[in-house]
Amino acid sequence: MRQLLTPNSMWSTHELKDRYDVVIIGAGIHGLSTAYYLAKRGITNVAVLDKGYVGGGASGRNTAIIRANYLTREGIPFFRESLSLYEDLAQELDFNLLFDQSGRLDLGHSESAVYGLRMRTGVNKLLGVDSRMIGPSEIKELVPAIDLRVGKPLPVMGALYQSSAGVIRHDAVVWGYGRGADRQGVEIHPFTDVTGIVRENGSVVGVDVGDRRISADIVMSATAGWSSNIARMVDMKLPLITHPLQAFVTEPLKPFIDRSVSSANLHVYVYQTDRGEVVVGGGVDPYSSYSQRSTLHTLEELAANMLELFPFLRGVNVMRQWAGLCDMSPDYAPIMGEVDGLPGFLLSCGWGTWGFKAGPIGGYTMAELIDTGKTPDLIRPFNLRRFSRGELVNERAAAPAAAVH
Amino acid sequence: MAFLLNCPNCGARNVYDFRFGGEVLTRPAPDAGNEELTEYLYFKENMDGEQREWWNHSMGCRKWFIATRNTHSNEVLGTHWPDEPVTGTGQ
Repeated sequence: MRQLLTPNSMWSTHELKDRYDVVIIGAGIHGLSTAYYLAKRGITNVAVLDKGYVGGGASGRNTAIIRANYLTREGIPFFRESLSLYEDLAQELDFNLLFDQSGRLDLGHSESAVYGLRMRTGVNKLLGVDSRMIGPSEIKELVPAIDLRVGKPLPVMGALYQSSAGVIRHDAVVWGYGRGADRQGVEIHPFTDVTGIVRENGSVVGVDVGDRRISADIVMSATAGWSSNIARMVDMKLPLITHPLQAFVTEPLKPFIDRSVSSANLHVYVYQTDRGEVVVGGGVDPYSSYSQRSTLHTLEELAANMLELFPFLRGVNVMRQWAGLCDMSPDYAPIMGEVDGLPGFLLSCGWGTWGFKAGPIGGYTMAELIDTGKTPDLIRPFNLRRFSRGELVNERAAAPAAAVH
Repeated sequence: MAFLLNCPNCGARNVYDFRFGGEVLTRPAPDAGNEELTEYLYFKENMDGEQREWWNHSMGCRKWFIATRNTHSNEVLGTHWPDEPVTGTGQ
């Protein structure tokens, strides 16, 4: 009886210990997936610390679109492998993630946009992602509700279609990784604010949580929008600028669209959830900020752009609007791995507008790095040292993003 | 969260009237080495709090000026021309 009345938590609570093998700062998808894959490798003396609640940052604020149709030879294989992990993740975590691989269209409204999409399609095909170019008639077949803007400025000329792209329940992914890590012995500590990072003889050896000192062989920061704050604790700057990204969701409607549709020209993307709500998002806000409050200006802009594609949504009520923080890197690629000159400290950041898509593979590869001490080939191009070497990735197929650097 | 910025020429306007130019950085000497230039080009304080930053009144007088803003609350503590001695609050 007592059992029935006790809330059935997905992870247990613990007292903080004085020592762990690995301390991960940030209990979002990257922190928790890293912990999960570490535990699978037998490294279970791991604590994941978060200043807030589990999945309360960008992991709970993104718009849950999974795709791999990027542009670069570094980016595509990375996101392709992430999608492949996502495909089996519900079974792996024994948790219904509602992953719907319903496909995704990236629309082009100009010669130059179509040229860019064709280039992406070609590189996608070369690197094993099922993208293809489709014309207006097939777009209309896949998304009958769309207004192709015939006769208006910037009519839809073509689209890159990735049929294996989809939408997932983002909170469930975070909870599934958290529960999976917990069951293997990882400790999750929400509302545990790391206030300092401890260094000894040039190495990171632990963290401070208020007046508690926790030692660790490895400290990994997986704090996305707040990464610069963590870096400041080790007197480091990062090539990141934190920008909010806003989205909104409408009241539920009858199903009218099965796929997600994005337009870089219109700075908007749209899909309908299983509950019938229309989710609409766009590019990052044009100025840096750590404020997670949304603006009327962006709501109006997003709604107007949505109406260009789906004019019949005029008059539909907006239910919720929100903002999440994006740690934008100058080349729209993540920053992962060790930091030269600072042993014991690992970075997983630069997740901008693409972090959730990369959650599974990000954790998988960081766990491999921690376990073996060797950087997996898949993430070698993403090390911080690329900036001093002039080896930027230039992943321009990231979500419609303003030039922020 | 939206806010008003006080253009030193035009007065208080909606932030969407302006173009954000990033945090104020110190330009390295022309003979600076790779490390210093890399730092200047890419690495940012990205302050979660008070930040001195460049703004351009792109939908107004098109002049660049400097604002001090709390990036956490978006409260603007002061604005001034780049060559003006810093006065007022929050500097």
